[in-house]
Amino acid sequence: MGQTMVQKILARGAGKKSVEPGEIVNTKIDLCLGNDITAPVAISEFNRMGAETVFNTSRVALVPDHFTPNKDINTAKQVQIMREFAEKHRIKYYYEIGKMGVEHALLPEEGLALPGEIIIGADSHTCTYGALGAFATGVGSTDLAAAMALGEAWFKVPPAIKFEYNGKLPEWVGGKDLILYTIGEIGVDGALYRAMEFSGPAMEEMSLEGRLSMSNMAIEAGAKCGYMEPDGKVLEYAASRAAREYEPVYGDRDAEYENTFRFEVSNLEPQVAFPHKPSNVKPVSKAQEVHIHQSVIGSCTNGRIEDLRQAAGVLRGNKVHPSLRLIVIPATQEVYSQALKEGLLEIFMEAGAAVSTPTCGPCLGGHMGILAPGEKAVATTNRNFVGRMGDPQSEVYLSSPAVAAASAVAGYIIHPGEVAK
Amino acid sequence: MILEGKAWIFGDDIDTDAIIPARYLNTHDPEELARHCMEDADPEFASKVSRGDFIVAGKNFGCGSSREHAPISIKAAGVGGIIAVSFARIFFRNAMNIGLPIWECPEAVQAIQKGDSIKVDVEKGAIELPQKGYTFQATPLPEFIQQLIVNGGLVNYVRLKLGKEAL
Repeated sequence: MGQTMVQKILARGAGKKSVEPGEIVNTKIDLCLGNDITAPVAISEFNRMGAETVFNTSRVALVPDHFTPNKDINTAKQVQIMREFAEKHRIKYYYEIGKMGVEHALLPEEGLALPGEIIIGADSHTCTYGALGAFATGVGSTDLAAAMALGEAWFKVPPAIKFEYNGKLPEWVGGKDLILYTIGEIGVDGALYRAMEFSGPAMEEMSLEGRLSMSNMAIEAGAKCGYMEPDGKVLEYAASRAAREYEPVYGDRDAEYENTFRFEVSNLEPQVAFPHKPSNVKPVSKAQEVHIHQSVIGSCTNGRIEDLRQAAGVLRGNKVHPSLRLIVIPATQEVYSQALKEGLLEIFMEAGAAVSTPTCGPCLGGHMGILAPGEKAVATTNRNFVGRMGDPQSEVYLSSPAVAAASAVAGYIIHPGEVAK
Repeated sequence: MILEGKAWIFGDDIDTDAIIPARYLNTHDPEELARHCMEDADPEFASKVSRGDFIVAGKNFGCGSSREHAPISIKAAGVGGIIAVSFARIFFRNAMNIGLPIWECPEAVQAIQKGDSIKVDVEKGAIELPQKGYTFQATPLPEFIQQLIVNGGLVNYVRLKLGKEAL
């Protein structure tokens, strides 16, 4: 029986010919990652482990992105711990404010997430890099500490579920809608411990940004990773940015899947996840009575340049509804700068939006757009759990950038086609 | 080792934002995190839980964010262990790595009610309800993970690999 891409990557990392689902393997890792919430815990565990140096100074990335630029003294102290650790251990990929971006948008830009690699991050959305043909998964801080010390990690080889998207995506429907639809179909534990493999004509057509949004949210179905085999678009992107050598890996034709889902997407509407689960998904046409107080466009899910272009396309010539706030957060400095050059920031500001420096900020209820009791937000982020963006009595509706932009104009959740001029 | 305590019941898909909301993540001090443990699922939990009590939950416990602050806050709140139908995978890893005992046992979850006394034989994974006269067997842990626990968690595992003595 053949093997999936993930099995082959893990086998290579473990120095084995093949691995079976359920088997526990110890593999080398190509990169490990931490942020300003998880790295301070990892650093204290690293010290408890008695480690004197990191295994490789150019295989550790530290990104202070969650509560930055720091919102208070305690979070400034957290980043201070990271910064001092990075200096002491000469960590090559520490990103200071001004160079920093939302980690899962930043690392692909920096050529630090590459096809065929094994990447772990002390952040659940590390699964984003599956879109680039890597095996990438979220872990906790102690795992990050062990990885920084040893350059290895243990994994239970996941069984795979195949998702095949057939047909052609309609206008205003993209990667975010497809992944929300998928989570709505299978549930928040529908892929628990599994690898989700995305395939089919609609995936091949999709931009890298759309694919990154999909892999990003694999965790919201409980998955260990969500990936697509690297095609020409991925290889071209990786070749233009790679910070090191890499070797893509492809699954066998006769690879084994636990299950296969086939979805016809030609008539799919934009999707919205209602509170308080990412699986509570409805088509946008069923959401029109939802009046909102805030719209957030950004995050590791949807803060990339294509996302901002989509939002600007809806907002051009429109005004943000007087009863709400629109907050746009380009995910990285590169995205910010590109949006500036293309005139997108001007469109946002003319529409009445606030544009922020890169940060995870409101996505996790950190800062830069916290909700009061009873308030509702539509957001291009990835989670709508109770209290996720602020008060436990507030609500978050997840959508694409186009829907979030259109809803900011209308004042309630609406199909972008009804707003765009 | 035998653990004994009372049951606190929670539902399915308890996420790590509910276990420890991000508004408290500006510190990683376990005692401070413990004060807000489970706050958005049950605001009274942190002040009323007794040392050794058990969290009993449905499927996919600990889903969402990878924050290790979640199991840290539960451990620091004095919880003896968690019995659930299933765990989200990052939470599972984190709990193992920091030495917070957890068991998957759907049958036990079905039988346990709020406030029930629970007795767990950690080595055997046997969950006993003395008042009801039931004993359930939790899903056995993979060999590698059992070894990890025997060696005192991931910190000691790494210490031994680095040629240091266990803590």
